[in-house]
Amino acid sequence: MSTTPTTMNPPPDTLETGPSTRRRRRRPAGASTWSAAFRRNWQLYSLAILPLLFFAVFRYAPMIGNVIAFRKFEPGGSVLGEEWVGLRYVKLFLNDPTFWNVFTNTAILGGLTLLFCFPLPIVLALLLNEIRNRGLKRFLQSVSYLPHFLSIVVVAGIVMQTLSIDGPVNQIVRAFGDDPVAFMQKPEWFRTIYISSEIWQTVGWGTILYLAALTTIDEQLYEAARIDGAGRWRQIWHVTLPGIRPTAVTLLILNIGTFMAVGFEKVLLLYNPLTYPTADVISTYLYRMGVESSNFSYAAAIGLFEAIIGLTLILSANLISRRAVGTSLW
Amino acid sequence: MVTLAKSRGYRAFQVVNAVVLTGVVILTLYPFVNIIARSFSEERYILSGDVNLIPRGFNLTTYQIVVADPMFWTNYRNTVVYTVVATAIAMVLTTCYAYVLSKRHLKGRTFLIWVAVFTMFFNGGLIPNYVLVNSLGLTNSLWAIVLPNAISVFNLLVMKAFFENLPSDLEEAAAIDGLNTYGILGRIVLPLSKAVIATMVLFYAVSFWNSWFSAFLYLNRTELFPVTVYLRNIIAGATGAENAGAGAADLTQVAANIQSVTIMLTVLPILAVYPFVQRYFVSGVMLGAVKG
Repeated sequence: MSTTPTTMNPPPDTLETGPSTRRRRRRPAGASTWSAAFRRNWQLYSLAILPLLFFAVFRYAPMIGNVIAFRKFEPGGSVLGEEWVGLRYVKLFLNDPTFWNVFTNTAILGGLTLLFCFPLPIVLALLLNEIRNRGLKRFLQSVSYLPHFLSIVVVAGIVMQTLSIDGPVNQIVRAFGDDPVAFMQKPEWFRTIYISSEIWQTVGWGTILYLAALTTIDEQLYEAARIDGAGRWRQIWHVTLPGIRPTAVTLLILNIGTFMAVGFEKVLLLYNPLTYPTADVISTYLYRMGVESSNFSYAAAIGLFEAIIGLTLILSANLISRRAVGTSLW
Repeated sequence: MVTLAKSRGYRAFQVVNAVVLTGVVILTLYPFVNIIARSFSEERYILSGDVNLIPRGFNLTTYQIVVADPMFWTNYRNTVVYTVVATAIAMVLTTCYAYVLSKRHLKGRTFLIWVAVFTMFFNGGLIPNYVLVNSLGLTNSLWAIVLPNAISVFNLLVMKAFFENLPSDLEEAAAIDGLNTYGILGRIVLPLSKAVIATMVLFYAVSFWNSWFSAFLYLNRTELFPVTVYLRNIIAGATGAENAGAGAADLTQVAANIQSVTIMLTVLPILAVYPFVQRYFVSGVMLGAVKG
């Protein structure tokens, strides 16, 4: 997800097809050009029908389905609810102390994820980049990418085994003469566990784009820096870091955009009622409210709130970055 | 480079770097090795906290117990079926749409791109999706897993970038020779795109193989579960957080090593193909980033 944004900036339609005179002639007759385009490219358009149907049904219809946040919804009744109730559900969750608890948990987990999982791949990429032996480098990359390919269920299983009373972490605890800790049952440990497993799973894979960016830095820049008397650190500061800045900014924007969407599936697998005080996040709360307790409207209102925060975050991050450093997603 | 390699500071850095990276490797692999050791160990050694990197009381009994559970194999087969069907459908839809989007001259292209891209930043959310899938009557069927995830916008954009970079001469020549759009796509473009198709198949296949939540949400019958949900239920059952009918018999007795063995058997296919397909993944991610 992280990489594509630059493709979102398509060149104007006519750039390729021809000179600007043709473009000017075509513009005024909007309707007829459409029919001409359809006549000429109907086979091409026909290939888009099924994908568009997919987007309409499984992406855009659910967006519209969010109206149940403002309507009374009855399971088995209309998908779009029965009658308007205005902001009743919004007011309800804004006055719900549990909501504010899960909101805080979400913000903290999101913030910690950003704090650790955004910069660590840069550090690891810089370290890997210093390895001159190609075989060794490839081995290190292969190992560090591996956790990315595991199912989140497997990761959760590994986390639970590693932290179980009889697991390796508690063996260390016992070696120091302390009593074993039931980590998975302790709210005060949840954030550490979540972030550590997130680092374990994502940091290696996160280096790929930085390593790619590092190879594109002109070797002459390093040469020039050395001639100017720059040591290792100054080379990194003045050549390497500016070289990967566009990549870093793009990934930062995307990370901020997913700030509130902390790993729902992972929390769902790792948490339990004992750790709710720190582990329960917006998405898991609305899952329990909606799917398990059938308060669909209430849960949809929370979900909509979360999605709007996400959209706002990514739009503002993009705007700030365009103003400040001239890099943006679109 | 030569002068640098000689400098003492640089050599010191190389030593520190080697130590740090060795630490990274150990931390990454340690949990795996521990799970492997547990899967071959006797229950009592696990419970007494004596199993670390080497199996204690080596035995294959636990593997035999898991393998003997017919539900495990039913669910494993489901995973294979879901992965194959979902990947096939996803590939057809993604390829068609990516090809359309790659045609720079096409009128309405910008709109078609935004239809897809917007969904990356804003989505309907869990509850409306759940209501939709239920009201379409897809619950307890393969389609509940396959259809809602049929196009990954990231993969779509990677493919689009690839198609855009194909030389257009061949397609133009084929058009002059009288091939229609379908013919050009099927006989000219796709044969030239084997690399990206392989990459996309892997992307989709791994993500469907690993997925569990759609199945957990929309399938209620044990015999329909994929193996990830089987594993999830074993984990959840063992921690006592929830008891959702894990397939294995006598769960409480053998839970600790059963968990490890099920984890091992679930990741085995991924681990087996990983060394060979890893570079395709890397190239796919780069394709999305560099060409885009």
